[in-house]
Amino acid sequence: MSGSGATSVGIVTAQTMHFDAPLTFSSGAQLPEYDVRYETYGTLNAQHSNAVLVCHALNASHHVAGHYADQPRSAGWWDNMVGPGKPIDTRRFFVIGINNPGSCFGSTGPMSVNPATAKPYGASFPVVTVEDWVNVQARVADRLGIHRLAAVVGGSLGGMQALSWAIRYPERIAHSVAIATTPKLSAQNIAFNDVARSAIRSDPDFHGGDYYAHGVIPRRGLRVARMIGHITYLSGDDMTERFGRSLRTPDYAFGYDAEFEVESYLRYQGDKFSEYFDANTYLLITRALDYFDPAREHDGDLVRALAPALARFLLISFTTDWRFAPERGREIVSALIANGREVSYAEIDAPHGHDAFLLDDRRYHHLVAAYFDRIAAELA
Amino acid sequence: MLRADLAQIATWIESNSRILDLGCGDGALLKHLRDSHNCAGYGIEIADASVLECVRRRVNVIQADLESGLRMFADGMFDTVVLSQTLQAMHHVEAILREMIRVGRRGIVSFPNFGNWRHAVSLLSGHMPVTPEIPYQWYDTPNIHLCTPKDFELLAARLELRITDRALLARGEPLDFLPNLRASVAVYRFERL
Repeated sequence: MSGSGATSVGIVTAQTMHFDAPLTFSSGAQLPEYDVRYETYGTLNAQHSNAVLVCHALNASHHVAGHYADQPRSAGWWDNMVGPGKPIDTRRFFVIGINNPGSCFGSTGPMSVNPATAKPYGASFPVVTVEDWVNVQARVADRLGIHRLAAVVGGSLGGMQALSWAIRYPERIAHSVAIATTPKLSAQNIAFNDVARSAIRSDPDFHGGDYYAHGVIPRRGLRVARMIGHITYLSGDDMTERFGRSLRTPDYAFGYDAEFEVESYLRYQGDKFSEYFDANTYLLITRALDYFDPAREHDGDLVRALAPALARFLLISFTTDWRFAPERGREIVSALIANGREVSYAEIDAPHGHDAFLLDDRRYHHLVAAYFDRIAAELA
Repeated sequence: MLRADLAQIATWIESNSRILDLGCGDGALLKHLRDSHNCAGYGIEIADASVLECVRRRVNVIQADLESGLRMFADGMFDTVVLSQTLQAMHHVEAILREMIRVGRRGIVSFPNFGNWRHAVSLLSGHMPVTPEIPYQWYDTPNIHLCTPKDFELLAARLELRITDRALLARGEPLDFLPNLRASVAVYRFERL
């Protein structure tokens, strides 16, 4: 939202927290030590009660808002949501962005050097779960002196973390704001992820995940993975609106180069992505998405899975999101209601599909702003 | 201040009870019940602006279309389910009344009294009525199922709902004299037979 007087948090600096205590993953694997890259915006109040954790999705990072010095184009991935006068107002909240382990933006991940071998972890980096990330985030909160978060908020995979927090650390989270998310991936969701992973793993430059040693990047696979993923983030109508059947060439060229605008757009997105994203991270994070299913250890009963939660909830879905459709959000709402939890749910009629959670929509941002006004009022 | 039918409804709701308010609008009733009756519950509302207003008032609101039923809610979850000034605009009147009594022990409805004498006068003068209670022209009204208190009582009997309380209001006050003709709004509380 560009509410009156909304500005950017300005220049920000990322920091690194080092942990010597081993991290045990859901799989049983361990990291003996690890780094977590994070950023914070705003000021922690004297009671340490105004902290808001923003969880990132597949391809984002700890860089939620603001920009880096001398890099004016380096705006954070949720800069329209987080900042002074913005829905998550950094004049009132101490906002934390954390790069999840396994990702490729500074926290320990497949690109990091394994101290035991002095080589990058590569394919040997443990498969990580949403629950593992939440555990790490809790350690970061501990280190920052925050026992109880005013809110945990995220979209898509970030929304899963917001839910997981409420289940795993019920006493440590006052509000869970889960946007464009789902209690578990569908077969179709997993299928898309598998196509993306297959593209990466079948790239000759992948080398079983140890491509760093070979000085190459499985760029072609990564590009296809991003293209398929990107299609699932947009709505069919949105693609029609933006590209239709428009050609970049005067007429059909009877070949296979990018003739349609939509091809050109997807290839550009794929190229750009393959420049900055790590292929092993793509595998790890899509797997974390596949595995997320808090109801699994309760015979598929989401009501029981959410029973420990004490937080208040805001859930938001977007009508044109077919990746995590509103029905999936409603499953969560229904299970929360069955547990008698406080929950509000909005279904935003926005045309942009799954990606809508990142975009600047008035109804959406007003709603989030109103909810965070309430959280701020509770702190007062 | 609460709208007259909502004030009447509030008098029929026990303290500390669990409420579902269907078509809760800006959440005024739920806020009142929370603040002065210590009630908990949820509102269902379809309009974006009203959902936003509910969030501003710290009222739990679920954005959904009532016509698709109350599948989100299990049987008997609520003490009272309220449907205020919405019944007359619904396509599936019988279905929603059945759903109300499925998810709640009791139901309360309010609706504009089409049997009000002013409506009759208007019809006698050759026009569809336009009054403060039904302030719409015939061609742009959301109201598709207007009825009188007697009509509602017949439907309630057919659906095996026992009416436990009735208030016929004019200018916010309950009427005793010729209420069916004079009331602008009818409010009923009912339970399963």
